[in-house]
Amino acid sequence: MIEAILVEGLIYGIMVLGVFITFRVLDFPDLTVDGSFPLGAALMVQGIMLGMNGWLALLIAFIGGVIAGVVTALIHNHLKVPNLLAGILTMTMLYSINIRILGNRANVPVLDQETLLSDISNRLSGIVPDEYILLLFFVVLALIIKLLVDLFFRTDLGMTIGAMGNNEQMIISQGINPKTLKTIGLGLSNGLVAISGAFAAQYLGFADVGLGQGIIISGLASVMIGEFLIMKSNKIGVLTLCALAGSILFHAVMYLGRYYGYVIDMTPNDLNLIKGLLIIVLLIITQARKFNMATFKAMVQK
Amino acid sequence: MIAIKNAAVIFNQGTVNENQALRDINLNVKEGDFITIIGSNGAGKSTLFNLIAGTITPAVGSIHVNGRNVTREPEFKRAQYIGRIFQNPLLGTASNMSLEDNMMITYRKGFKWLKRSLNNKMREYFCSELVQLKMGLEQRMKENLVMFSGGQRQALTLLMMVLSKPALILLDEHTAALDPKNAEIVLELTDKFIKEHKLTSMMITHNMSHAIEYGNRLLMMDQGEIIFDVAGDAKKELTVEKLIEKFHELRHRGFENDRALLSE
Repeated sequence: MIEAILVEGLIYGIMVLGVFITFRVLDFPDLTVDGSFPLGAALMVQGIMLGMNGWLALLIAFIGGVIAGVVTALIHNHLKVPNLLAGILTMTMLYSINIRILGNRANVPVLDQETLLSDISNRLSGIVPDEYILLLFFVVLALIIKLLVDLFFRTDLGMTIGAMGNNEQMIISQGINPKTLKTIGLGLSNGLVAISGAFAAQYLGFADVGLGQGIIISGLASVMIGEFLIMKSNKIGVLTLCALAGSILFHAVMYLGRYYGYVIDMTPNDLNLIKGLLIIVLLIITQARKFNMATFKAMVQK
Repeated sequence: MIAIKNAAVIFNQGTVNENQALRDINLNVKEGDFITIIGSNGAGKSTLFNLIAGTITPAVGSIHVNGRNVTREPEFKRAQYIGRIFQNPLLGTASNMSLEDNMMITYRKGFKWLKRSLNNKMREYFCSELVQLKMGLEQRMKENLVMFSGGQRQALTLLMMVLSKPALILLDEHTAALDPKNAEIVLELTDKFIKEHKLTSMMITHNMSHAIEYGNRLLMMDQGEIIFDVAGDAKKELTVEKLIEKFHELRHRGFENDRALLSE
């Protein structure tokens, strides 16, 4: 049970890193995620079906995600469409595109195919106990991606993107076009989401156009749980670690809901309601915390 | 250096709310000028800055920088050579980032690539520059700017803007949101930096005595027009009374800006 939670948490954790970049660093609530996640899954699965090298298929999935993000950024930047609507537009278009990629089918299984994951499992079996192979792989993968994201946001370019999410006027005053930065940020974010989708498809054994439905909410809930864990920090390394931890915790809650929810007469159909309620509860607690801090400070000053 | 030719700005053109914010503005800013600008609310001072900075484009007329027509150049491109400080001290810096990161982003203008320039040498350089502010900020390089006061942030914005060596600086009432003590500190720093680096600058102020005390040229604006332009020795002889008198003489009404009178 615990391995399943960790593996799922880490696979979706890569997506959570993407959501963290848009929502928290860029301050751009990007709903493209709902489309770019199954896009990554579809590209990966179709790559496998065509007998492509697994890593090449993954690269294509990543590039597909980047393009999806860039399209959203272009719609927002050049047509002056509000950011939420720009994301919804791309997401809606991606639904059709994903079905096309899957060869006009809504669901393509890869259970009997040789995938990147099964390849890795075969190579590592014997060296690592079978039940821990996937866990080990995803711990390493998620950490590598996390470190790359950290590294990116420590570069000059990454820092300007962070500053733009904070204060767009400052970036304009620096002689930098904020549109370019948004495009880069959204591309990167959706690229990560697509990678996450690509691995989710291999883990689940199929790609489905509905895979991304409500994924943005899962991502946001994970980010919020992560932030809830640790008090404010300005270190990107801490923040991305929180995002990953948040994803694992979120999947633990969902796992419990799925397998033990029947105790309180809950069905898997109720999970979306639970996700939404979870976010609302987290928001209420954060507000209450802020309020308490403020009253506490006021009392100290008196 | 900067020339504005017959520029007019009209807001909500063609509607009942049509508002002519600037009328037929002609202005020549020479290299090394330090121009102070006064005028009551709605006189068009900030609109003039928006026009120069590229936030808005004029309905008619053109703007030239060193002979090059920049009328259609977007704000972020003009920001490469124009530094601007706003009244709101939060607009110049990123709150959720550390002081050193903020300085890293702003000490040099333009797009930044995938390299990491923040190293100990840069930190030392930043520290040595921060000492000039005499605020002890060099001890707080790793702190988030949210922890800093408005005065500190405005002084910081000023320092960082000076380090990026702009050809022209626009100061849009940059001390108006600060308490009197901090306003005085920031204004003195401004004057010091402008003299030290021989910066071409324009400063909007509501304080008439500041407008007279600083700079080598003074513009008085009213209802979208520059009504009085004085430089050199003639400006040195100005007093607040003379300015108010001049306004009355030109417009046949009182200078009805109580804020300006109060803050003499």
